[in-house]
Amino acid sequence: MSEAGRATGVLAPSTRSVLARLEQHRLWLVAALILVALPYVPGLTGNFGRSLLSQMGIAAVFALSYNLLLGQTGLLSFGHAVYFGLGGYAAIHLMRAISGGLPIPMPLVPLAGAATGLFFGLLFGSVTVRRAGVIFALISLGVGELVYALLRMLPAISGGEEGITANRTVGLHVFGLTLGPQLQIYYLIAFWAFVSAALMYAFLRTPVGRMCNAVRDNAERAEFIGYDPVRVRIVVLAVAAMFAGLAGGLHALNYEIVASEAAGTGRSGAVLLMAYIGGVANFLGAILGAVTITWLQVNLSDYTTAWQLYLGLFFVIFVLFAPRGLAGLIVMHREVARTRAFFGLLRAYAIALLPAIVMAIGAIVLIEINYRSATQPEAGPKMTLFWIDIDTSTPWPWLAAIALLAIGYWLFRRSLPAVSSAWEHAAEAARTQR
Amino acid sequence: MIALKLVDLHKSFGVTPIIRGVSLDVHAGERHAVIGPNGAGKSTLFNLVSGRFAPTSGAILLKGEPITGRAPFEIYRRGLARSFQVTNIFPRLSVYENIRCSVLWSLGYGYSFRRRVSMLRDANERSEAILERIRLASRRDVQAGVLTYAEQRALEIGITIAGNAEVVLLDEPTSGMSRDEAAAAVDLIRSISQGRTLVMVEHDMSVVFDLADRISVLVYGEIIATDVPERIRANAAVQTAYLGAAVDA
Repeated sequence: MSEAGRATGVLAPSTRSVLARLEQHRLWLVAALILVALPYVPGLTGNFGRSLLSQMGIAAVFALSYNLLLGQTGLLSFGHAVYFGLGGYAAIHLMRAISGGLPIPMPLVPLAGAATGLFFGLLFGSVTVRRAGVIFALISLGVGELVYALLRMLPAISGGEEGITANRTVGLHVFGLTLGPQLQIYYLIAFWAFVSAALMYAFLRTPVGRMCNAVRDNAERAEFIGYDPVRVRIVVLAVAAMFAGLAGGLHALNYEIVASEAAGTGRSGAVLLMAYIGGVANFLGAILGAVTITWLQVNLSDYTTAWQLYLGLFFVIFVLFAPRGLAGLIVMHREVARTRAFFGLLRAYAIALLPAIVMAIGAIVLIEINYRSATQPEAGPKMTLFWIDIDTSTPWPWLAAIALLAIGYWLFRRSLPAVSSAWEHAAEAARTQR
Repeated sequence: MIALKLVDLHKSFGVTPIIRGVSLDVHAGERHAVIGPNGAGKSTLFNLVSGRFAPTSGAILLKGEPITGRAPFEIYRRGLARSFQVTNIFPRLSVYENIRCSVLWSLGYGYSFRRRVSMLRDANERSEAILERIRLASRRDVQAGVLTYAEQRALEIGITIAGNAEVVLLDEPTSGMSRDEAAAAVDLIRSISQGRTLVMVEHDMSVVFDLADRISVLVYGEIIATDVPERIRANAAVQTAYLGAAVDA
């Protein structure tokens, strides 16, 4: 650590900041290019792929806005979807007004979501952030339930469970954009996602943004250097709510429908899942989490009705074994990846992965058999799993699944010492290389 | 001129009185030490003055203005900063960020979200200067939470003085330090107290008699004597109450 510090200390501060700025801009440029190229990547060129990308973009904005709260300021919210939902409703009503002749171009609709999020963020923020920690978490849960219940009670505004629909292809067509094809809507979402990410990143580098981190680390000390932590939290909640509202606006454009679930606890929970799986304290982690969870949500539900159970298991495994999420795993491996010993580590991982897969297959078979016999008893005992026809009225599938689980677990445990020694080896190599 | 004036200050926690009628004038520009046995209420007194707790009764005046019962950030904005006995830093921020956050308010940046901190020349220059002063320049990019104990104590002082407050309260700045570390801390305190008013709580008598212009002795929530070091040393009441044992030890 101190050697690295001395090495950078050699450069004059101005040189260092110029280099750092170039480095930053290079990353943003790469990100923009990736966003432009993604819909032409093989496998993503169809409507399904581009729709998946659009959903990921919306989720990324939402998860980044949540990162401002939880990761950067230490505010654990159980009701962040409130701002997503209210922003979504503002956007969908604006879209209907545009259909009615209001001369506003459709691509600007997300701004109505952002303004609505900002308004409600300031409103709720000024009364909910007096206390952080558990108190804030519980109040956010209460506000979430309250808003959801209110929306259900006002079907004229919310359309209830069925929701409110609109048509995004009407109104002014700026630059000939009809927003009909999924590709156009993807690029619109990608544009807003890019702008939002850049603005949120910039926000964290302003005086009040830096104080968000300070308040997260030690709210009391922040008071003794002149800042009111409550005020800092109100600012960050308003900003986070604004971007959540913008994400809700993108959701309205993408689906052309907003229903009360957009503001519901399920969505508030999903963004928490994204934050943890991506890595709570990491800006990129929010994006990683959003992409991963969206991918799982979309794909798992095609294969199994028990997909939420798997998502939950996935979450528990991450919280227990990789509490710093995907971003934490990447950071952890960044230095050892430059050493030769890294290949030994990869080998150990591969060896441990085999029994882990066996274990997972055993678990999946058990879950699927149970889930189906519990939720669809009318479907009978015959089913197909992993391309094999099985009959759950006989004991064999059960025994086979339990055997796979047990053997996989046993072998997995046996492979772990090799993983940890390979890790030690690689970490040692990384230390000496530095 | 009187920088800090305490008038008949009382503080009780429930029915237990901790501060029982403290009156004290701290002159502008002096280095004033508060000493006393454990449990005398020294830290509580600091917590009252800095706004961490509100007093039960009495008044606190900073440069003639009442600050009694104000929030810590309001008191800070009027020119009083403090350090803590138990290190109280921003553990996940880098050393440099710890200092830079601490200079922002005094330079008038407040809650601004229109400017990038990396572009604020005055904030960055002052932060660099303070890092040099507390001798942590070589550790600038290290997470504050992984610093050694003595380094964290230095950072604690750095955060306290970063905003250029006129009145600085230091709560046991050398506690838990080795002789060498304490000597370095004394040098640092001497240099940062130039042109400021310093009030410090300290257990190490050599540090106190080395640094302080005047000393107040706090025993069971009351100040039994305030005077220059030589006369405090000679004061019979102080000797019996507290100091004799400590000096002999």
